Amino acid sequence: MTADVVVIGSGLVGACCAYELATAGLTVTVVDRGSLTSGTTASGEGNILVSDKGPGAELELARLSLARWAELDAELDDDMEFDPKGGVVVAVGDAEADGLRAFAAAQREVGITAEEVAGDALWELEPHLARDLAMGVHYPQDAQVQPVLASAALLRRARELGATVVPHAEVTAIGLAGDGRVASVTTSRGTFPTRWVVNACGPWSGEVSRLVGVDLPIAPRRGHILVTEPCEPLVHHKVYDAGYVGTLTADTDPGAVEVSTVVEATRAGTILLGSSREFVGYDRHSDGEVVRRIAQRAARLFPVLAGVRLMRTYVGFRPWLPDHLPAIGEDPDVPGFVQASGHEGAGIGLAPGTGVLVRDLITGRPPGLDPSPFRPDRPGLRAPAGIARG
Amino acid sequence: MAEPVEPADHSPGSLRIEGASDPARLTRQPAITFTFDGREVVGHPGESIAAALLAAGIRQLRSTRVDDRPRGLFCAIGTCFDCLVRVDGGRPVRACLTPVQPGVDLAPGDLAEGRP
Ligand SMILES: Cc1cc2nc3c(=O)[nH]c(=O)nc-3n(C[C@H](O)[C@H](O)[C@H](O)COP(=O)(O)OP(=O)(O)OC[C@H]3O[C@@H](n4cnc5c(N)ncnc54)[C@H](O)[C@@H]3O)c2cc1C
Ligand code: FES
Repeated sequence: MTADVVVIGSGLVGACCAYELATAGLTVTVVDRGSLTSGTTASGEGNILVSDKGPGAELELARLSLARWAELDAELDDDMEFDPKGGVVVAVGDAEADGLRAFAAAQREVGITAEEVAGDALWELEPHLARDLAMGVHYPQDAQVQPVLASAALLRRARELGATVVPHAEVTAIGLAGDGRVASVTTSRGTFPTRWVVNACGPWSGEVSRLVGVDLPIAPRRGHILVTEPCEPLVHHKVYDAGYVGTLTADTDPGAVEVSTVVEATRAGTILLGSSREFVGYDRHSDGEVVRRIAQRAARLFPVLAGVRLMRTYVGFRPWLPDHLPAIGEDPDVPGFVQASGHEGAGIGLAPGTGVLVRDLITGRPPGLDPSPFRPDRPGLRAPAGIARG
Repeated sequence: MAEPVEPADHSPGSLRIEGASDPARLTRQPAITFTFDGREVVGHPGESIAAALLAAGIRQLRSTRVDDRPRGLFCAIGTCFDCLVRVDGGRPVRACLTPVQPGVDLAPGDLAEGRP
């Protein structure tokens, strides 16, 4: 039987695409070379943020996604620990405060709720924050989810709607018809005829693109996360320092390690401390020096953390594209080949909107959002030299 | 106070390895007592809290915040943090790494939910 769509990759992006397509009545097959959702989705955090995005296409995708997240939480039976807990961005010194105020003002212009909080009032939101911070901004729209639970819930529901989900099936070839359109996907567990292919392979999307002769300049941008022992409630919101927004885009020196502070508690009681950004290929070893820097910065914001033990650390690989926007859309040279990857450090937050855009493209519905900034053939997709490609 | 839990140290099937079958040939010091969750337990100096409780047949050390699921000794080497208990009302510590002391008052290392 020919499927309407084969989705390659069962991370959160693939899971959202599969769910939206199955809900629209299409026959969908999801294949993944590993266990389900064992890629970047299983090794990041679960923040759904508007707070870290300035006005522009990414913010619009984030808003579409945020609205969809709330609906998904209601639509799906399984608990995915969705929590609209809100975010707090703090400025340590006056220079950071000026930058944060300007950033928040621009966000307010486009309708984001961004409430300035005086340094000596921050403790009302977060009682354990350091008392000497310059100021902060409260973003009540930010939310959190457990990404693996979310992927599992979406895939399970997609399967109930008729989708086929095939783990441990590595894609090794993509067959094209005489007219150049995609026709089949060959995996280590058989060949699946199809009319559309969605490439949701996260940082590995470059390898899969090469199977149809497409050059997607994607690279793995590594990040560390530190996990504390389970604690009494110490941190309520997602809290990060204003320097974080700067490190999202400042990456042109391929050798540098950017470290910024991101702190959030999970339902299980652990606290996640992030994060770093560096280009080292797929090196899975934790770097003790980076771990130390992350821990010190987290304890600068929350002094109480100095007395909390770390349980473990892990690394993950963000799917990075040179202009920091995901590639979502049909490749102009390979009809039926749809890119849905390159969300870098925001793929959890942006996955539902990506699923909606992919569904609208494949079903021919008018898109819920102007998809042109995410075109896979846009000029911004040229890799600077010196970045280790995936 | 409930009946003290005296492990059947010298009977076949005891959870403590005794006598000739003990590869380490331990010379055990005289028993001490402490409480866990209000129940009196007998242990020996030098044992970890987790070892003494396990020998007394107590396997559940705490419950998880999410869904109240049982947790106890898992890795036994300080890595997993499953075995949290409170000693004399303090912050939770790992039972597998913490030596048992005479007279301590132990409680499950359960953690509150909610906002700070
Ligand atoms: C440390 C860290 C923190 C992060 N924190 C956040 C956060 O707080 N909020 C947020 O929004 N985002 C965050 N991210 C980013 C987010 O995790 C990613 O953007 C997102 O998970 C990407 O999902 P994906 O589905 O595109 O890719 P993945 O989850 O990587 O899924 C790709 C899948 O494709 C499969 N695959 C690859 N090649 C093949 C093949 N040849 N055949 C078959 N299958 C294949 C893989 O096995 C994998 O399962 C973080 C990332 C990191 C590393
Ligand atoms: S049993 Fe794993 S830390 Fe104690």
